[in-house]
Amino acid sequence: MSTVRGGPPTRAEVCAVALAECFRGDGELLANPIGTLPTIGGRLAKATFEPALVMTDGEALLVENILPVGVDAPEKVVAGYNPYRTMFDVVWSGRRHIIMGGSQLDAYGNQNFAFIGPPEKPTTQLLGMRGAPGNTIHNKTSYWISNHSTRVMVPEVSVVCGVGNDRAANLPPEIARSHHLVRVVTNLCVCDFDTPERRMRLRSVHPGVSVADVVAATGFELAIPADVPESRLPTDDELRWIREVIDPLGLGEEEVRNP
Amino acid sequence: MPVPDKRVTIDDVVASIRDGMTVGIGGWGSRRKPMALVRALLRSPVRDLTIVSYGGPEVGLLCKAGKVRRVVYSFVSLDSIALEPHFRNARQAGAVQTTELDEGMFLLGLQAAAWRVPFLPTRVGLGSDVMRLNPTLATVKSPYADGEVLVAMPALDLDVALVHMHRGDQGGTGQCLGVDPYFDDLMCMAARRRFMSVEKIVDTDEFLRLGPPQSIRINRLMTDGVVETPHGAHFTECVPDYKRDEAFQREYVASAKSDDAWDAFRAKYLDVAEDEYQAAVL
Repeated sequence: MSTVRGGPPTRAEVCAVALAECFRGDGELLANPIGTLPTIGGRLAKATFEPALVMTDGEALLVENILPVGVDAPEKVVAGYNPYRTMFDVVWSGRRHIIMGGSQLDAYGNQNFAFIGPPEKPTTQLLGMRGAPGNTIHNKTSYWISNHSTRVMVPEVSVVCGVGNDRAANLPPEIARSHHLVRVVTNLCVCDFDTPERRMRLRSVHPGVSVADVVAATGFELAIPADVPESRLPTDDELRWIREVIDPLGLGEEEVRNP
Repeated sequence: MPVPDKRVTIDDVVASIRDGMTVGIGGWGSRRKPMALVRALLRSPVRDLTIVSYGGPEVGLLCKAGKVRRVVYSFVSLDSIALEPHFRNARQAGAVQTTELDEGMFLLGLQAAAWRVPFLPTRVGLGSDVMRLNPTLATVKSPYADGEVLVAMPALDLDVALVHMHRGDQGGTGQCLGVDPYFDDLMCMAARRRFMSVEKIVDTDEFLRLGPPQSIRINRLMTDGVVETPHGAHFTECVPDYKRDEAFQREYVASAKSDDAWDAFRAKYLDVAEDEYQAAVL
């Protein structure tokens, strides 16, 4: 297919594994990672420890084989028709775990990629609300931040697109029940919300990153346990899946450069 | 039986769109947009439009050309290039108003209009800033024992819908040969006047030779006029007929860098008739 890469695991590969780990235990959910490294991670999870995950080809088909990213017209084992119209049936049924990006994210996981500044005249217009308001109150949600910095990890987001834990706590219980922020994976670390007040907590730092690096790049106070482990490295089997099957072109390496 | 002849010209379509109207545009992002119709709209004197769209470059072009008062949207994107530069410039200049919606609320608004009900209930919007940014958005309480409070997504009633299909017949039946029909049928059903451009007008008995029955997504109850515009979705994708013209899309994006760049782009591609445009992009 392409040249097989050698050498020790890269930062991008550590991120891919951390993104795959978001889906651990999901079983038969639609795993819907958005973006290159999340897609690599999702397909890695399905290829290895979560084989029951249902995944798309990135467009309107559900496929059962493990597709390569960025390769034109790969062979597909098609097992479903899921155009955008149908995706909302899945979203609102609850049987989905999405990984979204974000231009701003706060300590409770409120997310923004609509715009920054006043609504009538933003300083920065971004994408819009997209599906974030509905996704976050119906589905498991994780976030992928490829450029962990104080510009992204902010004390307060300009617009709440994806609903965070503090706001979800004020929703009626029948809605709050479906709200579940799972992980935040960044180019520096992995976070979760396993604190009593459901604030963001540092779960692990990627090899080569210190806790101080993460703190300096975060614009709000992270909960930091006494002992922060390193993010786990890919196994040999995972490296083989990533390098030979899922990302033969090395697109993940372009998204997160190896330090 | 011969089907009715609902063939019209691009000029007929544009003539039916007047200042202040609400226009729904089919497709999704930079995919299967009725660009030939949009280009004709750019050349017309019409203004103050409300554009309702799963937005792509048509939103940026119409904003840049000063045609737009409000954009009703959940995203505007060029897909392979995430952010739409002319839409961004217009927003950051405060030149257009917006209605900020979740993608699913947008679907429900079109569905409500299509079914001729005033709203459809949904949980979507609760907890997010959709409610803050749309102060007229109301909630309803379930009349049943659960008493749940839901968002009442109002109907997105359209004056005109513009969509682009792969094949159509003269009666205004439309066939989608791509894998995702997006929401084009809903756009048509939500509108009072419905126009469909197609890559090619074929005889009705051709449809089943080209695709399965379910590819005939638009029936003629949904359309008032059909116009053949070969390569008419360019530079957005119209697979399987053609892919997105990525090089042209980059040229389009570069046109947002300065007034001079825009003037040159407009003179070359937009201040010309559709056949000249097509000759210029070949």
